[in-house]
Amino acid sequence: MTSKEKFGYFFTLHRSGLTVLALSLAVLLFPLFEDNPYTLGLTNLIAINTIVVLGLNLFIGYAGQISLGHAAFFGLGAYGSAIGSTTFGLPPWPTMLLVAVLVALVALLVGIPALRLSGHYLAMATLGLNFVLHTILLQWDEVTGGPSGFSGIPSLALGRFEFADEFRLHYLLWGVALLVLLLCLNLVRSGVGRGLAALAGDEVAAAALGVDTKTAKVKVFVLSAVLASLAGSLFAHCYAFVSPDSFNIFVSADLVIMVVIGGMGSVWGSLFGAALITVLPEWLDMFETYKDFVHGGILVLVLIFLPQGLVTGLIETVRIRLALRRSKDAAA
Amino acid sequence: MSSQDLLQFIFAGLTSGSIYALIAIGFCVVNNTMGIVNFVQVDFITLGGMLMFSALFTLGVPLAAGLLLAVSGVALVAMLVERCGLRPCRSENHLVLIFLTVGLSIILRGLIKMFWGKNRMALPPLTPDEPIRIFGASVLPQALWILLLTLCAIALLTWFFYRTPLGLAMRAVASNPTAAAVVGIPAGRVRLTSYAVAGALGGLAGVLVTPITTLNYDVGVLLGLKGFAAAILGGFGSFPGAVLGGVGLGLLESLSAGYLSSAYKDVVAFVVLLAVLFVRPKGLLGK
Amino acid sequence: MLQLEQVSKNFGGLPALDEVSFGVPQGQIVALIGPNGAGKTTLINCITGVLPATSGRIHFRGQPIEARQPHQIARYGISRTFQNLKLFPRLSVLDNVLTGLTCEGGDSILMAMLRFPYLRHRERQLKLRALEALDRFRLADKAHWPAAVLAYGDRKRVELARATVGRPDLVLLDEPVAGLNTEETAEVAEQLKRLRSAGHTLLLVEHDMELVMTVADRVVVLDSGRCIAVGSPDEVRSNPLVLRAYLGQMEATT
Ligand SMILES: Nc1ncnc2c1ncn2[C@@H]1O[C@H](COP(=O)(O)OP(=O)(O)OP(=O)(O)O)[C@@H](O)[C@H]1O
Ligand SMILES: [Mg+2]
Repeated sequence: MTSKEKFGYFFTLHRSGLTVLALSLAVLLFPLFEDNPYTLGLTNLIAINTIVVLGLNLFIGYAGQISLGHAAFFGLGAYGSAIGSTTFGLPPWPTMLLVAVLVALVALLVGIPALRLSGHYLAMATLGLNFVLHTILLQWDEVTGGPSGFSGIPSLALGRFEFADEFRLHYLLWGVALLVLLLCLNLVRSGVGRGLAALAGDEVAAAALGVDTKTAKVKVFVLSAVLASLAGSLFAHCYAFVSPDSFNIFVSADLVIMVVIGGMGSVWGSLFGAALITVLPEWLDMFETYKDFVHGGILVLVLIFLPQGLVTGLIETVRIRLALRRSKDAAA
Repeated sequence: MSSQDLLQFIFAGLTSGSIYALIAIGFCVVNNTMGIVNFVQVDFITLGGMLMFSALFTLGVPLAAGLLLAVSGVALVAMLVERCGLRPCRSENHLVLIFLTVGLSIILRGLIKMFWGKNRMALPPLTPDEPIRIFGASVLPQALWILLLTLCAIALLTWFFYRTPLGLAMRAVASNPTAAAVVGIPAGRVRLTSYAVAGALGGLAGVLVTPITTLNYDVGVLLGLKGFAAAILGGFGSFPGAVLGGVGLGLLESLSAGYLSSAYKDVVAFVVLLAVLFVRPKGLLGK
Repeated sequence: MLQLEQVSKNFGGLPALDEVSFGVPQGQIVALIGPNGAGKTTLINCITGVLPATSGRIHFRGQPIEARQPHQIARYGISRTFQNLKLFPRLSVLDNVLTGLTCEGGDSILMAMLRFPYLRHRERQLKLRALEALDRFRLADKAHWPAAVLAYGDRKRVELARATVGRPDLVLLDEPVAGLNTEETAEVAEQLKRLRSAGHTLLLVEHDMELVMTVADRVVVLDSGRCIAVGSPDEVRSNPLVLRAYLGQMEATT
């Protein structure tokens, strides 16, 4: 092996790890170049969305199921943390965990009956859950603050170090987002992850290979709900304010769009999708009027032309081209 | 609580139940022929109301003509959606197709918002609004129209599915898609027809219900979701189930609004849905 | 090793299997033959739990398995291939074969996310075994290709590799050589014999009589869901019932 080949081999072998490393460096250095609080606020939102989308993408891309109500788990996390730490004065970090456990229970309650059936009943069940939650947030105003929202949520702190401004939040949120990204990468590259990929590919074949399909679907659903809940808690503490409209069914639809655009079943795609859909409104001035067309149009075009999503679709096209060329070379 | 109140609630429940039934059948038709949940159904409802509004106030046609125009207009749009939105996608993957309907629904809602604006509008009822008294309960004529036209629609559909070759083809596809393809049933025509039927039903529901509710660009979302809940309640895919589920849901909703709390009226549908999935996941009439 | 007793399966009243009983002894290749629509695939689906049998008992190593879930049956050590190939087109060839080792994972999602060192170690071992299996089927050079671009013959071999990589006790093969040319068929025949000498038990569904006659130790003949003959290849070949139901057809066409 020449040193060049060695380098190439090392690079292919550790490409995921190296990419994570590069991304971490970029995240670490980003605030040094860009200290505009507005921009940092935006990238912080990307981090939060990334956490939700990573979980949702595991569920859609690896369990092959649809959830159209992930904003409900996001909202439960946010309001849970808000109410726990403000109304009851509980310490924020343990509250976050407690809320995540409660959300996991809710997900189990919805997921077990709906995932027992084949077909897409869960899409409806989650949509219903989202609707119910949104109504409760609006109506139960003595607890949730009603339509005007819930304010005065304390910021997170480590000892005396408070995550109170965008700069500090940047490190907190991106730290968590990168951690979750790494965990998801580990999962999909493990034996369990392969079992899940098999499940998304063909349920009968997966079962014949020993994958407990029903349990796996429920587990991934609960995992994705927990991630959404954690992201919601972070959201609440980060903005100190939450209102019901951040958690309605249209937000759920946006989350699905992020998953599809990046690529169902692609961890890196989740990051891309979350980033693109989060910053898109900032790029397009006349966006408010045409938001529906842009979001719906992107979704439809991607699904028609690159159903695997932009990131996965492009990578796969390249991989297939390469393989075909190699086979032609081999034949020649 | 008097028995008159009860009767009043039952009438209200039957009225909204008929609307849910129409919407639920629309969901079932597409599900049976394509195996997917068609989220565009939601916007067919809104579009029905909007087209009726334009027919009455822009074109100035009489009510009956407006109704026909609106229903056939939505059916046409539905066929367009199938042809230009779903057909180009070659994927057979249900996830992709369902997400595609979500995307198309977002676009259609955007279009409606652009044409008719975001304001609330009012649509007049089919006949003047003087309540009729039946057994001491006062009933709006519109409610009677809703019941009557729903029955007509169901009768027409039954005739279509059991007495016409195309209807037979659609039932064949629903019961066994592979076998239907083998014996040469035109899959494209069946899909197109199922969208037209779903659109017509959604449009009719929209025309009928918006005089009672209000008319704005996302009125269909909640109604559509409840219609979907009704379809699952009855057993997804079964037409009698859809009717039963719709009426059952309507009754439950109006009784709980009357006797429990009207603030959470809209939640009832989904709580019932979750309960049904838990206890009898295949729905009331599911196989 | 596998014992079927009066297994029946009805599809909405129509019997596809009618009281089928036979046994598959350890270490042998048992061929299951029969005309199209005889119920061979249905039988495999019943054994693997994909379709619940309407009635009858199925024992594997003395344990009843007819009421088990497909994944439980797979974990008892029964693997299968599918008549109309079920590879995962988006995964690489290597990953496809690795899915055949799912049963040996059994660890939780949480462990996998944290990627404990022992997991990393085991992952490396599994990968080695998968590469070995690919090597046996002469696919090692295509290990990193997406399965979607493989030629038909290669796909069939990937399925075989996936079904055998986990060293299952019993392998159910649904028409492993259908659509292959004579050369490839001969190669698969070699593989099957090698699997037998490595201690695997095989139930082979096949239309290719030559393959069946060369590799099978026992032959079971199914016709319209009924088991009409069981015996050695020679016995079955001369059985008049079989000749009428099955071989007669074959001779007429060849
Ligand atoms: N899911 C099903 N629903 C209804 N009937 C079925 C089903 N699967 C198989 N059948 C019927 O059962 C019978 C047996 O089919 P099976 O696929 O087991 O035959 P086979 O022996 O594998 O045939 P081949 O050699 O063509 O593969 C056929 O008549 C078929 O039509
Ligand atoms: Mg077969």
